[in-house]
Amino acid sequence: MSDSILVTSLDEALKWGTGKSLWPFTFGLACCAIEMMSAMGSDYDWARFGSDVFRDSPRHSDLMIVSGTVTKKMAPRIRRLYDQMAFPKFVISMGACASAGGPYVRGYSVVDGVDQVVPVDVYVYGCPPRPEALIQALKMLQDRIVAGRVKH
Amino acid sequence: MMGRIQFPSTGGRGTDMEDKVIEVNFGPQHPSTHGVLRIKVKLDGEIIVDAQPVIGYLHRNAEKLAEMGAYPKGMIYIDRLDYVAALNMELGYVLAVENLMDVQVPERALWIRQMMVELNREASHLIWLGTHGLDMGMLTPFFYCFRERERILRIFDEITGSRLLYNYFAIGGVYSDITPKAIDMIKEWTEDFGTKLEEIQSILGKSYIYVSRTKGVGTLSAEDVLSYGVTGPMQRASGIKRDLRKDSPYLFYDKVNFDVPYRTEGDVYARFLVRIEEMRQSIKIVKQVLEKLPQGDFYNKKYSKPMLVRLKATGESYVPTESPKGEFGIHLIGDGSSIPYRVRIRSPSFANLSSIPTMLKGYKIADLTAAVSSIDPVFGEVDR
Ligand code: SF4
Repeated sequence: MSDSILVTSLDEALKWGTGKSLWPFTFGLACCAIEMMSAMGSDYDWARFGSDVFRDSPRHSDLMIVSGTVTKKMAPRIRRLYDQMAFPKFVISMGACASAGGPYVRGYSVVDGVDQVVPVDVYVYGCPPRPEALIQALKMLQDRIVAGRVKH
Repeated sequence: MMGRIQFPSTGGRGTDMEDKVIEVNFGPQHPSTHGVLRIKVKLDGEIIVDAQPVIGYLHRNAEKLAEMGAYPKGMIYIDRLDYVAALNMELGYVLAVENLMDVQVPERALWIRQMMVELNREASHLIWLGTHGLDMGMLTPFFYCFRERERILRIFDEITGSRLLYNYFAIGGVYSDITPKAIDMIKEWTEDFGTKLEEIQSILGKSYIYVSRTKGVGTLSAEDVLSYGVTGPMQRASGIKRDLRKDSPYLFYDKVNFDVPYRTEGDVYARFLVRIEEMRQSIKIVKQVLEKLPQGDFYNKKYSKPMLVRLKATGESYVPTESPKGEFGIHLIGDGSSIPYRVRIRSPSFANLSSIPTMLKGYKIADLTAAVSSIDPVFGEVDR
């Protein structure tokens, strides 16, 4: 089956479709969420890249942008929201906090990196990353999905 | 515009109401929580019997971390308290430190600070307006507000080098002078922002749906406001005309001419009007600062950057300032070393948020998002 022309091209089409229609999940945690909103907003307008449909429910969305500090109180909720998302699902870890604890890494209530809770596809550095950086992360994720280089 | 319903009411379903009360969770993930707020709502049918906010989902130990480094190092945690108005936070901290150490600040630096703080107040209120529109089911104001906010951010980018968190105010002045290009940008902005604001206000204020969903909703009386310690636009919307910029002027607020808007209704619509009017007043202040901006140093030469970390202090200081959310105060205690002994933060959003039970009791569940977003809570500051 796998070498039949139909299946391969359907597969390709699926990958292309998944990459170009990521529906992000409206999920702001801290300061980085404001820059995420800027990326959605008028100037940066990331609807240009096919992921304009911000959904409020995890069950509707396939891209989670963890934008902010992950605290020990919030971490189980993030995992739960991630579990509620349907496959295929992807995670962008936005900012120093979500990637490695950021300026708060010495704090007693902060998880140093969201990758301890959910698998992460793309990390964005910066505190906060500029909207351009987030858009680049989105493009990177899209390219990887289209090339079939994602874990799930 | 149903207004508040008095309890106990039977909700039209006989007298066994007690059993019918159900508890619903709102948040911590919800598009209208402005971050990570959770509210435990007790509902009788559609009517809110009780609402208790649960906070702490963004507790990042800002106070303790600020007590772990030298005085200027605390700034980065203060910056990240109210991240939509970072300069207002910095101002509170920097004034408290300067008060503690008796630092003289050149006049030009003070004027620059005042202008930057007002610009940031605009940016903060614009975010509020945009997201408030989203919460009320309107997408357009969000895009209009972000278009205007980006212009302010470009000015900040030009002056400070960053968009959201600046670390711009230094002990003894500011880190960089404002450039001629920035002055042109600000001038251009002050000229046409007024008409843009008019436009944004009319989208919301002329919408019948918006007005009927906000008038008479989430009311707080003047007594409630005082007993909860609610400050800022929320307080002024409930008929208490108190603004620290007028009542105990810091910087040069006594040398500029502006009004303190206030309303007496105390509902969501009144808060909307008060914030819009505050934005108009801020434009006025920025214009006056541009006229009065003196020449000179932008920082005190005695406090050069490398020696800031070696500054030592003894004693206490508390400086309250008017942030976009209300009275923001920093209480510093120095024990003679170069590390603060205590950094206590009086955060306005925390006090404002505590009024949620009173604000929501007796309203419909659909009024919840309107009331919560009218508080304008920012969780970096609530949870600290
Ligand atoms: S990385 Fe920086 S901007 Fe982003 S959430 Fe953490 S502290 Fe805030």
